[in-house]
Amino acid sequence: MSLGVMASKIGMTQIFIEDGVRVPVTVLKIEPNIIIAKKNREKDGYSAIRLGVGAIREKLLTKADRGQFSKFGIECKRFVFECRISSSDEESFTIGSSIGIELFNGIGSVNVSAISKGKGFAGVMKRHNFSGFPRTHGTHEFFRHGGSIGMRSRPGKVFKGKRMAGRMGNELVHVKNLRIVKIISEENLLLIRGAVPGPKGKMVKIFTSNYRPRALPGISGYSATIEEGSKKNPMKASKAGMKSGGNKSSSQKKK
Amino acid sequence: MANLIQIIENKEIRNDIPKISIGDTLKISFKIKEGEKERIQIFEGVLIAERGSGNRKAITVRKVSFSEGVERMFPLYSPRIDKIEIMQSGHVRRSKLYYLRALRGKKARIRERERIS
Repeated sequence: MSLGVMASKIGMTQIFIEDGVRVPVTVLKIEPNIIIAKKNREKDGYSAIRLGVGAIREKLLTKADRGQFSKFGIECKRFVFECRISSSDEESFTIGSSIGIELFNGIGSVNVSAISKGKGFAGVMKRHNFSGFPRTHGTHEFFRHGGSIGMRSRPGKVFKGKRMAGRMGNELVHVKNLRIVKIISEENLLLIRGAVPGPKGKMVKIFTSNYRPRALPGISGYSATIEEGSKKNPMKASKAGMKSGGNKSSSQKKK
Repeated sequence: MANLIQIIENKEIRNDIPKISIGDTLKISFKIKEGEKERIQIFEGVLIAERGSGNRKAITVRKVSFSEGVERMFPLYSPRIDKIEIMQSGHVRRSKLYYLRALRGKKARIRERERIS
């Protein structure tokens, strides 16, 4: 079961990697996530750890919430999330310890879950990628419409799930297999390739991914992360073995 | 928050690139990969445009090669740029020298600027 932590989305930029390839990256800040509670099979029916991150004034929490923290003498946390773990791993986590950026060291890619930006009431072109209607050839007042929504007196109804205009965004979106480009451990920053749902400054959940990391253009090998400070990155080391190219050798590479 | 982005971007900016300005004649040594081998290609021409800022900054360099105008864009802070040399500083009055495209020969010259160094 993949372990996850909470991180705040800082924003996007681009960086150069080996060979001068520019990679668009999302910067995520992973403050150490404190384990505030554990759930176990016998008592709760499932195994999980509950993680907390971000400071909050005690006063702002209800007494019940506060109790969750004071029970173990942990400072109050603003964001809390529960992450399932396999029951055999229960022992390896202790309440009060933290999980941080080191979780991603040596890992090639991650899955990210976050609430997307709300788009309001959106039309079908934006919401469902409909193609709309031609700009010319006599189209009038029908440019961004969806077209027909059904048949005639039979079935005499619009089918459920028909894609129409409506509220878009502000929902949980999962993005899988985002490649880790760089880890800057002293700043607790994780740089991952591509976009992550949600606005800047919001919390996202990052999980270690079981997918084979996608290749980055210009870089051979699938070995994972570049630790800040080491000028030569490990991707270069994997190059020698990559001469034959293709997926065959790369799958061997994944240890 | 934006500050952290700045930190990352500033780290990308190379200090070994000289200060260049529009109209300068530059000699750019660019690393090119051919199969396994890496060699350096030199592109010498006039800097006619800059775009972007920070680590995104890119430059457009124009040269006339065998009476055919060639323009090439380089990401200024790319690790593939080996070095940039300023051969001559030009005196120009605009930031984009696209007018050079229409000119040939003697008319396409740029007056040299005294360099303050």
